[in-house]
This record gives sequence, structure tokens and C-alpha cells, in this order.
Amino acid sequence: MKPMDFLVSQTHISPFYLVIIGFIIGIFGGFFGVGGSFLAGPALFAMGVPMNFVVGTDLAHIVGKSIVAAKKHRALGNVDLKLGFIMVIGTIAGVEVGAQGIEWLKHFGQANVDQVVGIAFVVVLISISAFVAWESWQTIKMQRDREREAEMSGIGVRKLGAKEDESAFDHIARKIHRIKLPPMIKLRVSGIERVSLWAILLVAFVGGVFSGFLGGGAGYIRMPSMVYLLGVPTHVAVGTDLFEIVISASYGTLTHAIKGNVDIMIALVMHTGAAIGAQIGAASTEYFRGPKIRLAFVPLPLIGAAIVIYSLLSGKHLK
Amino acid sequence: MENKPTHAARSFLIELMLYAGLIVVYVFFVIAFMGNWLHALYEHHKIRYAFAALLLIVGQGVVLETVTTILLRLIRRRTD
Repeated sequence: MKPMDFLVSQTHISPFYLVIIGFIIGIFGGFFGVGGSFLAGPALFAMGVPMNFVVGTDLAHIVGKSIVAAKKHRALGNVDLKLGFIMVIGTIAGVEVGAQGIEWLKHFGQANVDQVVGIAFVVVLISISAFVAWESWQTIKMQRDREREAEMSGIGVRKLGAKEDESAFDHIARKIHRIKLPPMIKLRVSGIERVSLWAILLVAFVGGVFSGFLGGGAGYIRMPSMVYLLGVPTHVAVGTDLFEIVISASYGTLTHAIKGNVDIMIALVMHTGAAIGAQIGAASTEYFRGPKIRLAFVPLPLIGAAIVIYSLLSGKHLK
Repeated sequence: MENKPTHAARSFLIELMLYAGLIVVYVFFVIAFMGNWLHALYEHHKIRYAFAALLLIVGQGVVLETVTTILLRLIRRRTD
């Protein structure tokens, strides 16, 4: 298919490529509850889209896609609205800080924006992938050991329900729950009795900074943070993250568009593929348990990191 | 008699092709025609462009969600 002219970002990209990328990201996004910027960002950068447009355009594309997936997750009972609304406040503040960071970098030239954002992206993606792999493996090993011990002692082991979850890092979440910094709140849908409002806001703020600076919804950092630091079950973290992304990414789209960093045409074309992919991905979460969802997530940030490394080292784009 | 997974996969492929056809028409006849208007808005009215961008992506999100839900419901009905 012939490349299409995208006048705002001055790029020429095949719409077919954008639809396919959107479709793949939609499946992953619906399944893992992340916006998919770990793939969308590198995929756009690889096609020659300047990094500041990658950041803003990806946020816009995520708004449309997350509406689809969040609605699906809400129907499945995976959205903690109270947690989602609190997180929006912290995320928006963080997005603005991140977007201002991009503005500051622009003063040093486009090459600097591309390099700094690209390198930061690679470091974050590899770190997250390594941590999630290690944690999921520890959790699966812990569950197997417990089952083996129960078999040997002849005592039955209670199987977790489809929506229940556990992590080898549950003790960290429990420590955070014990921090008595008022106001303390209860999150019924997430099954959390008491947690400081500030802990939630801090997790959301950090995610927001990543979102504003690296683009996308930063679900790749917020979703694991919700599970490991706040102790939210994976299914609820997935749904709530998507719900929260709809609001925070809308804000991110507006602020980046005003700063001239959004090519909405690219976002619209990409989203046509993402819409159906997100439905398929969200429906698939019904068939997998928490640690397995997290383990399957591991290779995805690495693919994104590999594309960015290639583009940065070779100075070439994959056109 | 055709087994259920094969039937489901075939139905899914048909619906996917239908969706792809709709998308091709949409991309070339709707999105492509907005290019110049959006570019002019981007060049001269950044704030209006920002709100138009958000409205377009939200609107598309809602419309396509409805279309995909109907398509997936059709698939399920055929496979049940």
C-alpha cells in the first residue's frame, strides 16, 4: 500500500503499517492493561516520526484505544473506580512535569530530544522486563513449592479464584499498607482494607512523569507498581489502569497538542487497528491467571527496546 | 461435520475481513480528506487543533467500539 502524507509531522507512512501496528498493540493493550507505548513509540520512531511527535501522537492514539478496553474491563468487573479517580490526580500532575521536560529538551535541538528520550526509554523498558520476569518466576515457583508441600503432607491446598492473585512481593505491598500517613482509605474492589492516599498519589505521579516524558500511558510502569507496591490484584490493576489512562492520556493529548507534538491523523489511522485488537485482548484475560499474565508481558518491552536501540545506533529508520 | 474451533476461526476471519474492508474505506474516504483541514488548524489555531484532536479520537473510539462489539457478537452467535 502506498505511503500516506501526514502533513502535521511531515512524514510519509503506509496506512497499512499503522493499522497492523495498532492491531498488535490493541491485543497486547487489552490483555496486559497497558497502553502499548513500549511498542507504539518505537514503531513510530522507526518509521521516521520525530520523537516529540512520537510522544504526543502515541498519547492521542491511546485515548481512543483505552476507551474500548476500559469499557470491556468495566463490564468484567475489573475496574476500581475509586482508585482510578485518585490516580488520575497524581498522573495529571506527573504528565505535566514530563511534558515540560520535553519542552526543555527541545531548546537543545531535535537530535537531543531523540537521544535522551530514546536512551531513557530503553533503560526503563529493559529494567521493567527484567523485574517482571524475575518476580513472576518467583511467584510461580512459590506456588509450585506450596502445592508440592501440601501434596507431601496430605493437606489440600486452597486454589486461588480466577480473580484472586498473589505475588512474591506481597510483603512490600503489606509494608506500604502499614504506612499510617493520613488520610487512610479503603479500596473495596481491590480488596485493600487500608492504604495511605499519598502512596497512591505518589505511584500515579511517577507513572505520569514517565507518560509525559516518554509518551504513552506508562502502563508499563503503573500496572506493575499497582500490583507490587499497592497490592492491587492483577486483573483489577489491568482494568483500573486502562480506565485511568483514558482520563490522563486525554489531558496529555491536549497539553502535547497545544505544544505542537500531536499528529492526530497518525493516531486516527493506528487506532482503527487497535479498536478490534483491544476487544480480543481484553476478552483473553478471562483465561489466564495473574503471574502468567505478568510472565507473558516480559518479551514485549524488550521488542520495543530492540527497535529503539537499532534506530539510535544506526541512525536509520525502518522505512 | 465441521468442528467448532474451525468454524469459530472461519467466522472470526470473515468478520475480520469485513472490518478490514470498512477500515480501508474509512481511512481513504474520511480520514484522508481531513488532512488539509487539520493541518491548517495545526498551523494557525493550536488550541482548537488540540480540542479537535481529542474529540476526533474519542469519537472514533466510541464508534469503533460499537462496530467491533457488534462484529464480535455476531461471531459468538455464529459459533454458539
